[in-house]
Amino acid sequence: MFYNKKAEGLKPDELEKIQDKRIRQVTEYVYRNSGFYKKKFRELNLKPDDIRGVKDLGKLPLTKKTDLRDNYPYGMFCTGLENIVRVHASSGTTGKPTVVGYTANDIELWTEVMARSIMAAGGNRRDVLHVAYGYGLFTGGLGLHYGAERVGCTVIPASGGNTARQLLLMKDLGSTVLACTPSYAIYLSEYAEKEGLDPTKDLKLRVGILGAEPWSEPMRRRIEDALDIKAYDIYGLSEIMGPGVAQECEEQAGAHIWSDHFLPEVIDPKTGEQVGEGEEGELVITTLTKEGIPLLRYRTGDRTILGYDKCGCGRYHPRMIKVRGRTDDMLIIRGVNVFPSQIEHVLMKMPEVGSHYLLVVEKKGPLDVLTVKVEVTEELISDKVRDLMKLEAHIKSCISQALGVNVWVELVEPYTLKRSEGKAIRINDLREGGEK
Amino acid sequence: MIKQLSVFLENEPGRLVKVTRILEDANIDIRALTVAETADFGILRLIVNDPERAYSILRENNVAVASDVVLGVEVNDKPGGLRVVAELLAEGDVNIEYVYAFVTRSHESAFVVLRVDDRERATKVLKGGGVHLVEQDEVARI
Repeated sequence: MFYNKKAEGLKPDELEKIQDKRIRQVTEYVYRNSGFYKKKFRELNLKPDDIRGVKDLGKLPLTKKTDLRDNYPYGMFCTGLENIVRVHASSGTTGKPTVVGYTANDIELWTEVMARSIMAAGGNRRDVLHVAYGYGLFTGGLGLHYGAERVGCTVIPASGGNTARQLLLMKDLGSTVLACTPSYAIYLSEYAEKEGLDPTKDLKLRVGILGAEPWSEPMRRRIEDALDIKAYDIYGLSEIMGPGVAQECEEQAGAHIWSDHFLPEVIDPKTGEQVGEGEEGELVITTLTKEGIPLLRYRTGDRTILGYDKCGCGRYHPRMIKVRGRTDDMLIIRGVNVFPSQIEHVLMKMPEVGSHYLLVVEKKGPLDVLTVKVEVTEELISDKVRDLMKLEAHIKSCISQALGVNVWVELVEPYTLKRSEGKAIRINDLREGGEK
Repeated sequence: MIKQLSVFLENEPGRLVKVTRILEDANIDIRALTVAETADFGILRLIVNDPERAYSILRENNVAVASDVVLGVEVNDKPGGLRVVAELLAEGDVNIEYVYAFVTRSHESAFVVLRVDDRERATKVLKGGGVHLVEQDEVARI
């Protein structure tokens, strides 16, 4: 379903025309209003007039997350606080948070793209939409909230935490759409079963709008089976806007980036050069219409391939195919690049293992050792150690084969790995300098 | 035949404490136990006085537990007691997968738990040899 038939249905040439016009506008706007970009332009000996359209995108400077941190809190804002109506912030793991500001027009834009996203996932005004993303500085809760109100859904602003109450609300209020992280969706289904509820019968859920962390295709199938829903990926980041930068449609063929507002490109993260169409690299986004913090060529840190062909839904907005996860989450194990999503892909295809796992990286002597901690399911326990050892060896060989590097596998008791009510914690890097 | 509980335990301090405390709080008596272990996990096998209740209480407490059936055998508590049983099984071509002993108070006889590859044949062979097989209600009374 379409919220804005005209904008969502734009043909490639129409899209490009709009993007050409808007990239000229945003270039002019930041040159006039941002000391940060003015300086960058001078360094590159670049004038706003040099940017005629999308084909000149590569001339513009790249923007990094550290640029926002270095200009904390308001240094990147392009307008005075009298025009800023809201602030969000993402928690910095080290030091200061990243602060972003929205003008009234920015909030309107965000609400529009969120409304598009919810309807692309099949949501409509008859839906009871349960938001279990956190409300607050995190963009998840409020982003979904305003978009859902715009669509006309009945919004349950549950926010994060208190899983027992979340279930009670969903059951009693008849929620039909669930918005949360994929890992929390799994946790909800697990929790429901423990409480003696059958989520496929006792809940009326039919759609999940899940995001804020990378998830694999087999994980999607598990969530869909566990809750009897269709699960759709929503993508976003606070620096660009929040959730609703991109959304999967009912084709489930990768999230459409709403490219009349967010212009995507893919670069080689090492060289910063654009890669060819269909090649994997780091997603870079230019905001075309934002006023508070417009960003030129912002490096998202997410690895993906963009698909520009027409989708089965009729939209041409480019799709993020095969999201590998964040460059930040990539582990280098004995010289081999490992994405947690690759491991998840292998694990979730095995019915014997639970839906939670943890990757522990240690230095043993000169070697990096990656241990995959996997919860065994209760069905698997037997009196024979041999069966479990066989399973351990089987998981080890499947993952090692998929990654091209040997890993260790450790079976742990069910429900012992920490459940998260927000973004899942999948990595524990105990190496010096590694993120904990 | 008697019921055995198998509990998955990580090889870490405190894991056995957790399980035994749950059973203690539920006033369940352990009659026999053994641990089969690998480098990072073990299987704790338990014979208790009330296996049904123990099973559900462990599950409620998020302990990974399975229930299955093993043979309980009474042997003479003197040299050669177990040999008689082992010989009967060997002659009947039954393989013993594992065996462990009960905690008993009397000195005339001892009880052992047997896991064999063919329970039916083992039962026949042992009964034919005049060996007393222990049933669940006896376990509760030991």
